Amino acid sequence: MMSREQRQHFDVLVIGGGPAGQAAAVCAAESGVRVGIVDDNPSLGGQIWRAEAGGPQLDQKSNGQPNTPAAKWAQRLRASGAEVLCGLRVVDQPEERVLLAEGSSGFRELEYEKLVLATGARERFLPFPGWTLPNVMGAGGLQAMVKGGLPIRGKRVVVAGTGPLLLAVAAYLRKHGAQIPLICEQASWSSLARFGTALVRWPNKIVQGLQLKRDLAGVQLAANSWVLAAHGQATLESAVVCHAGKVESISCDYLACGFHLIPNVELPSLLGCTISHGRVQVDDFQQTTVPFVYCAGEPTSIGGVEQALIEGQIAGLASAGQETEARTLFAKRKKARDFAKLLDRTFCLRSELRSLPLSETTVCRCEDVPYSRLHQHTSWRAAKLQTRCGMGPCQGRVCGPATQFLFKWNPDSIRPPVFPARVETLAVLATQSATQLDLQHSEVTGGQ
Amino acid sequence: MPNQLTVTVNGAEVIVPSGATVAVAVVLAGQACRMSVTGEPRGPLCGMGICFECRVEIDGNRHVRSCQTVCAQGMDICTEK
Repeated sequence: MMSREQRQHFDVLVIGGGPAGQAAAVCAAESGVRVGIVDDNPSLGGQIWRAEAGGPQLDQKSNGQPNTPAAKWAQRLRASGAEVLCGLRVVDQPEERVLLAEGSSGFRELEYEKLVLATGARERFLPFPGWTLPNVMGAGGLQAMVKGGLPIRGKRVVVAGTGPLLLAVAAYLRKHGAQIPLICEQASWSSLARFGTALVRWPNKIVQGLQLKRDLAGVQLAANSWVLAAHGQATLESAVVCHAGKVESISCDYLACGFHLIPNVELPSLLGCTISHGRVQVDDFQQTTVPFVYCAGEPTSIGGVEQALIEGQIAGLASAGQETEARTLFAKRKKARDFAKLLDRTFCLRSELRSLPLSETTVCRCEDVPYSRLHQHTSWRAAKLQTRCGMGPCQGRVCGPATQFLFKWNPDSIRPPVFPARVETLAVLATQSATQLDLQHSEVTGGQ
Repeated sequence: MPNQLTVTVNGAEVIVPSGATVAVAVVLAGQACRMSVTGEPRGPLCGMGICFECRVEIDGNRHVRSCQTVCAQGMDICTEK
């Protein structure tokens, strides 16, 4: 059994080290409570504030002062006294208010009074012929690889899919020397135009948009356009796109393809939080339907970094009992959430994308389940049982959202462990449930 | 901290920038991270520890997500067959 020393106790425990999680940890810790912030990556930042390999650390100062929002929050976090626990992945809640987390050197138990879930979002991937070829990656996926040290200078990258991330990634890759022959956005010009007009309510988004426009000067952005297939022998050689009604083949080294974002709701769901339309339901103070459990950022709605920071601050303050302070941010949050709704409207998927996979196209990449074996099933559960779709190590994180779009299947309930775990970690869970069973048994029989 | 370090991927030495992830080392080595259940080569997809396509064996530990692991000098990386 695990010794008590391996169990840490926090007044407020934050899961996720992106903007929402950092803001929550800072606000809670500055209120004077004991705070821990956990992330499964080697360092904090989440996806949007991911640091570059060999580059300056997030909290590094320039001319004595932090000069980016990421650096400012990192510095505030360091000063707040919150304990940072990186490289730890939460796999289960073996008992009330105790999470079990796994790292490279073993597992740890994290006990909390209040929990803030800031688990972020992932890209939505849709299957098309050739999407399993090496060098076909997510848009954010390729950006993460480049931040992780992948040389991109001189490489040709086709960027495709939907959502504002495509432009941000294209601009980032270009700044690092990549050639971008084409950006395919599946949304129509008219919905992009409506999006542009609606941005008057968010002047800072217009500023960001104009910066992107400058960064992408000379790069062709096509609306009403999407990828049809990826070709190559052992690795990607070219992408076939439907570009304004015409089919075009473009030779490239990488295809960066993502279809907007999907909230990571697996851990909230495991803890019993109500999920509605794929989003974690929260009240005004970011509290979920489970008492003492809060949620902030992308899991509540895909709104980007500004919304994540506001929701994170509210959750951090509320979890530390600073409700009056938290209230001062409600108006700002309303505006940020309106932007999230605008994103949802603008980048909803066109039905043509449902006909991208051919019968032999792999849909479940973990178990290599092709489209032809799936389309006759009526539910995700039936497909899982009959084909093993969604039963590999990603636990349906990739094919779940894809089949939800392709076949309108609803996701299943979540079972522990929420990520594949090592046998030693599972053994702890088994020992604990056995102990609980013993206790229940002795209660029933009136003790020994 | 040196600017570069050396790791091995399936026995071959690869030089990577310091701070690089193991996923990057595997791509630089020109290797697929793993073979799928029907024998297709696979490389990193999500870059953030979700998809498990980049899992490799690192210093004898199997099924490690290479995109969430930073290279260390002398690290022994084997792709999954």
